[in-house]
Amino acid sequence: MKNIISKKVLDMQPSGIRVFFDLVLGMKDVISLGVGEPDFATPWNIREAGIFSLEKGFTTYTSNKGLMKLRLIIRNHVKKISGVEYCPEDEILVTVGVSEGFDLLLRTIISKGDEVLIPHPSFVSYAPLTELCGGKPVLIGLSQENKFKLLPWMIDENCTKNTKAIILNYPCNPTGASYTRQELLELKKIIVKHNLLVISDEIYGDLTYDFEHTPFVSLGGVKERTVYLNGFSKGYAMTGWRIGYACGPKEIISAMTKIHQYSIMCVATTSQWAACEALSYGERSVLEMKKEYAKRRNFVVERLNSMGLDCIMPEGAFYAFPSIKKISNNSLEFSSQLLKKKKVAVVPGGAFGTNSHIRISYASKLEVLKEALTRIEDFLNSNERY
Amino acid sequence: MDEILEVLEKDARRCPEDIARLTKRSTDSVKKAIKKFEKDGVILGYKTIINKDALDKDDKEKEVLALIEVNIMPQKDLGFDHVAERIYSFSEVKSCYLISGTYDLLVIVQGKDLHTVAKFVAEKLSPLEHVRGTATHFLLKKYKEDDIILKHKGENKRIAISY
Repeated sequence: MKNIISKKVLDMQPSGIRVFFDLVLGMKDVISLGVGEPDFATPWNIREAGIFSLEKGFTTYTSNKGLMKLRLIIRNHVKKISGVEYCPEDEILVTVGVSEGFDLLLRTIISKGDEVLIPHPSFVSYAPLTELCGGKPVLIGLSQENKFKLLPWMIDENCTKNTKAIILNYPCNPTGASYTRQELLELKKIIVKHNLLVISDEIYGDLTYDFEHTPFVSLGGVKERTVYLNGFSKGYAMTGWRIGYACGPKEIISAMTKIHQYSIMCVATTSQWAACEALSYGERSVLEMKKEYAKRRNFVVERLNSMGLDCIMPEGAFYAFPSIKKISNNSLEFSSQLLKKKKVAVVPGGAFGTNSHIRISYASKLEVLKEALTRIEDFLNSNERY
Repeated sequence: MDEILEVLEKDARRCPEDIARLTKRSTDSVKKAIKKFEKDGVILGYKTIINKDALDKDDKEKEVLALIEVNIMPQKDLGFDHVAERIYSFSEVKSCYLISGTYDLLVIVQGKDLHTVAKFVAEKLSPLEHVRGTATHFLLKKYKEDDIILKHKGENKRIAISY
């Protein structure tokens, strides 16, 4: 058979670091700081709620939009943290992680030629999924000098008559950068001026260290132009449960639900019951994990800077994003050598669109971080790096 | 609670240099703070939690633990404290708590065997003035102690690289 793969998919850029990933996965005794998920297991009360739902035999489909009970809990939670109330009937959709919510949203709003602003470096899926929908990703380059923050003039400069939406992701994977309320208010002005839709991926919102996380929708007057994406993976250590949610204007959520009902049907029922428990009784666990991450963050960033890898203090998430510019402008080569010579795995910045950085996850036990950082320091000090 | 204490409570062996990095302080200020906590009686000691069940058979120090509920008659002006002091001063007593409910003190006693503990209760504890009654529960198995689950757990395996 010829032409099996669609042109759209053929045109998708293959991940340049797939080979590197295979190398990591094939090697033994590697200390990995490349992990994008918590090292904590899901808190027991949440796991227990999932088990209990199975015992009770809750194993059928749920409503496409998700259990009403869960949507009600999400409504209350979002109202508590943002002051904005979403109707559980038609403004909330339970999704398979933020990943699905994001994919659905793009498919819902993008028509051919629409431009989407993506502050860059950014999460790996943003640009490829935009292209898959026929949209045009417009990458806004952020720099370490600006602490990887998006500034209002950058939006101004990149808007055209075709610009439809902007993706905000804060705290950011991979940079850890986030925004204070004041900074967001400044961004909001320009966003409103250009009449943009805001895709707000706030999956790391629970893990904000130096100030309180401000949901974009809480800024006032932006509910109609914002889709708030969040989930349970990072804050509640529930990556494997694959569950998140989207809150937004009825028109958009209904359209997203249309696709969701055909492609997904509904999120795994067990996960939905566990998520009910997470939002109802999980806050304390989240705060405890956050405290732990904050300390590790201080540790890792201090060590990186002291060994000469310039690194901003991330305001959230669990990643440090040091510059390797002084040593190399090829993050893939740097990471490969580090892996081969010292058996430490990090994610090359190239995966996120910058070759002068690497992403280091501090979602690991302190002992592991210590050993890995010592090895990185040895690597930097050795003459035979390459 | 002070961040230094948070770190030490989880791992008493954490060195001042590491604590300094974790809490964004200088090593010197961490050392000073720890000294002060020790001096003020905030930090009372550092110990190791040993899972004695995991020791080799020959190496196992025989010991029996009992949780004893003690009913006491509070004294005028002194409440429970005076009787409690007389009880917790015995070296056999590992822990002693005043609690609400149907009895007053929960006393944890350690002895080399059942007989020794029973003897302590019968000869030392029960006859004490103001002690109205006791109920002894021998501890059969420890599952979790001081936040630590004693059964060795498997590691949570994560894939080495993910976004």
